[in-house]
Amino acid sequence: MTTIDPHEAAEGTAGDEAGGSADQAVRSRGRSGAGPVVGADTYDATTGTRGTRLLGVATIIAMAWLVVFGLGFSPEDRDQREAVRLLYVHVPTIWIAYLAFIVTAVSSAMYLFRKEHRLGWDRLAGASAEIGVVFVAVTLVVGSLWGRLTWGVFWQWDARLTTTALLFVTYIGYLAVRRLGGSHQQRARRSAVIGLLAVLLLPLVHWSVRLWRSLHQEATVLDTDLDPDIDGLMAFSLFVGVVAFTLLYVWLALHRTRALFLEDALDDRGLDAALVARRAEAAPVGRDA
Amino acid sequence: MEDAGFILGSYALVFGAMGVYAWRALRGGRRLARQVPDREKYWT
Repeated sequence: MTTIDPHEAAEGTAGDEAGGSADQAVRSRGRSGAGPVVGADTYDATTGTRGTRLLGVATIIAMAWLVVFGLGFSPEDRDQREAVRLLYVHVPTIWIAYLAFIVTAVSSAMYLFRKEHRLGWDRLAGASAEIGVVFVAVTLVVGSLWGRLTWGVFWQWDARLTTTALLFVTYIGYLAVRRLGGSHQQRARRSAVIGLLAVLLLPLVHWSVRLWRSLHQEATVLDTDLDPDIDGLMAFSLFVGVVAFTLLYVWLALHRTRALFLEDALDDRGLDAALVARRAEAAPVGRDA
Repeated sequence: MEDAGFILGSYALVFGAMGVYAWRALRGGRRLARQVPDREKYWT
C-alpha cells in the first residue's frame, strides 16, 4: 500500500532556498536561460503512479464494502433505529479529519524546526488541511442529518457541534492564509505557525462533551476505559468506514501534495521568466552607461 | 427500512461530494502536470 512518505513529501522542493540537490541543479540549468533541449522532455499529464492507482482501486473497494455493511448487514440500533447507519460515515470522517489536522501540525513543525525548511513539509501540511476541511464538512452535514432523525432538529448550539464548527472555520482560515501573497517560504512560515496553533482545538472538540453539558452523546469507542459498548457487526461496519476513509485520505493527500508541488514549480518558472525578461530589458542600458 | 430515502440520500450526498472533490483534485493535478516536464516531478 502506498503511504505518505515524509521523504517523498520533503523532496521536490523546486526553487526553495533549502535545496541543493542534483535535481535542483537540473532545474537551475533550465532557469539560467540555456533551458532544456527542446524535444527531450516528456510531459506525463498525471499526478498518479502505479502505487496511487492501486490505492485508488483499494479505496473504491473499501467504499463499496462500507455501503454494503453500513446500509445492509449492520443491525438497527435499539434507540437510534436506522439512523445509526449514518454514524458509519459521521464517526470515521471526523476521526480522519483529526488525523489530517495532526498531520498538518506535525508537517508544520517539521518545516519550522528543521534546519532545511523544506517546502515539501509545507505542501503536505496544506494538502492535509484541505482534505481535513472536506472531511469536517462531511461530518457536519451527516451529523446534521443524523440530528434531524434522532433529535428532530438539524442543528443545536451544543458544545460538540459548536466547537466542531469552530474547527471548520479555523482551518478555512488556515487555507485562506496559505493563499496570501509572498514567497513560498513566507507562505510556509505563516501557515506553519497557524497549523501548530489550530491543532490545539482538537482536544477541545473531542472532550467538549465532557467539559460541558452536551446533547451530543459521549464517546462510545474511544472512551476512557477503552471498553466499547457496541454490537460486533456495528463495530465491524465502523471499522470498514475507518479503513475506507483512511485509504481515501492517503490517496487524496498524495495527489494534492503533488499538485501543490506543481503549482509551486510553475510559480517559480513564471518568476524566473519575469527575471530573465527584466534583465534583458536592463542589459542594453547597462552597456550604454 | 424506516427513513430509507433520508439515509440513502445522505450516503448519496456524501459519496457524491467526495467523488466531486476527488475528481477535481485529479483534474487539477493533470492540468498542472501537463505544464511541467517529467524530470522535475519527484514521483516519476
